[in-house]
Amino acid sequence: MKRRNFVKSTLLGSMTAALGTDIVFGTLMPDGYTPLALLQNTDPFQLFDKDPQMVVLNNKPWNIEAQAHLLDDNVTPNTRMFIRNNGIIPERIDASKWTLTIDGESAKEPKTYTLVDLKTRFPQYTYQLTLECGGNGRSEFDPPAKGNQWTVGAVSCANWTGVRLRDVLEDVGFNKDAVYIGYHATDIHLSRDPDKEPISRGVPMAKALQDETLLAFRMNEKDIPMAHGYPLRLVAGGWPASASGKWVNRVSIRNKVHDGAKMTGTAYRVPCESVAPGEKIKEEDFCIIESMPVKSLITYPKSGATFPLGKKLQIRGHAWAGELEVKKMEYSIDFGATWKKCAVERPANRLAWQHFTATIDFPKKGYYEVWARATDSENTGQPMVLPGWNPKGYLNNACHRIAVKVT
Amino acid sequence: MKQLQKKRNRTRLLLVAIALLAAVSGIFFIRSGQGGEDKEVYQNIPSDDDFDKIENGIHLRTGLIAADGLTEVVNNCTTCHSAQLVTQNRMSRERWVATIRWMQKTQNLWDLGANEEIIINYLVTNYPPLKKGRRAALTDIEWYALEP
Repeated sequence: MKRRNFVKSTLLGSMTAALGTDIVFGTLMPDGYTPLALLQNTDPFQLFDKDPQMVVLNNKPWNIEAQAHLLDDNVTPNTRMFIRNNGIIPERIDASKWTLTIDGESAKEPKTYTLVDLKTRFPQYTYQLTLECGGNGRSEFDPPAKGNQWTVGAVSCANWTGVRLRDVLEDVGFNKDAVYIGYHATDIHLSRDPDKEPISRGVPMAKALQDETLLAFRMNEKDIPMAHGYPLRLVAGGWPASASGKWVNRVSIRNKVHDGAKMTGTAYRVPCESVAPGEKIKEEDFCIIESMPVKSLITYPKSGATFPLGKKLQIRGHAWAGELEVKKMEYSIDFGATWKKCAVERPANRLAWQHFTATIDFPKKGYYEVWARATDSENTGQPMVLPGWNPKGYLNNACHRIAVKVT
Repeated sequence: MKQLQKKRNRTRLLLVAIALLAAVSGIFFIRSGQGGEDKEVYQNIPSDDDFDKIENGIHLRTGLIAADGLTEVVNNCTTCHSAQLVTQNRMSRERWVATIRWMQKTQNLWDLGANEEIIINYLVTNYPPLKKGRRAALTDIEWYALEP
């Protein structure tokens, strides 16, 4: 194969992955031609193969969320998975030449793997892993918090397949002084400054070494879609999804807390002590978010349902609790005056969201809100009002609610 | 204004280039794929008048509120990120200023010079904080009949 053709065909492969569909007559495409669909201001629903009801919060960088009723599937399909980007999606990806380097102060020695190395040299595992953006629910904070104004839809639970990060780190070897891993990736800074990384976060060693922390190359039994990190993504379920780096090509084993982009300052951090709404906090008084708090979402019916008196309403949804498990799920139709139990399933595996159902009888006609409240294995439940205000608007796990009318 | 004119010219050039490329490759695909069937390729090129069109007080291209300072905001605040990152947010003067300083410190935003005051006034006037309280009422509910 001539080099030029080879480059073209691999590029086509990555374009096809980005589009989620074959490029018809792609082999006839002129060299150096970028399909219109890959330019920034094109139809994101086609570009990323998303459900038309997904909501675009920002088109540069791309940030797209689901609505509650779109998340009804037990395993979130790509079409309904939120996209959160800090930078520009890599423009050229050649999976056949992709490498992952493990380095850092605490690595015995730097070591580089190809994707084939990873796939053939280590056992593969598949887990359903809940990924929720740290800023999911930000839109509700008062005073308002800066950033993309996520409502409820920046959460997903898909099947991720890959190798354990632990197996790879142990293959490289690391010293006892290792405290953190930090990822590096090939996305592009918004300013296009090649010396800047849009995001380079990580997790403490204890999280890095968990069974479920993966270097994933498949999502829902297919190559990971371009917007979600093709061809390699670090997946650390139950933690802010920003810890699950996309397009990862390097993982550093650090002898200190990783200090990459969006690890320092106030990014993905909340005040260590609770503060009054609007209060000013010094940077040194912020702490890094680790496990996400207990939360739930009613995914059926869609808010706004009307039905006749006498009909029993079936509700269902999902609940999750970061590193913990959800042990109790309740609903209320009287604004929290009384709560009734929902049936809640055990998770498919640790860090997977859990499914709940309930059947509700309404006593008379009128407007109701159905509120849902999950309680985790340490007996912490969701608040009905906003939890502690924080300047960046993270960790809003207030109860989800839908409006219904009995006619 | 000069800057905007320059930007306009550049964008126009880019649009023409994209259209040409699309047209050429489109014809190429049709020729080779469908045996030279007689088809015309139409390309929608926005006319010049539409570029900064304002409708109902909104600058259509960006979604920003049309008010004093719009041009300065478009020129300085939508190069790296979309205007949607502005329109989603509501902040006090102090916090808009802090956001600009953060972008200058970490995100390669340039010194805004005399435009800074114009930009901040625009942001504070058009995107001030709104009171939401501890939990807002559900609004914009689309009612529908639930299938039995």
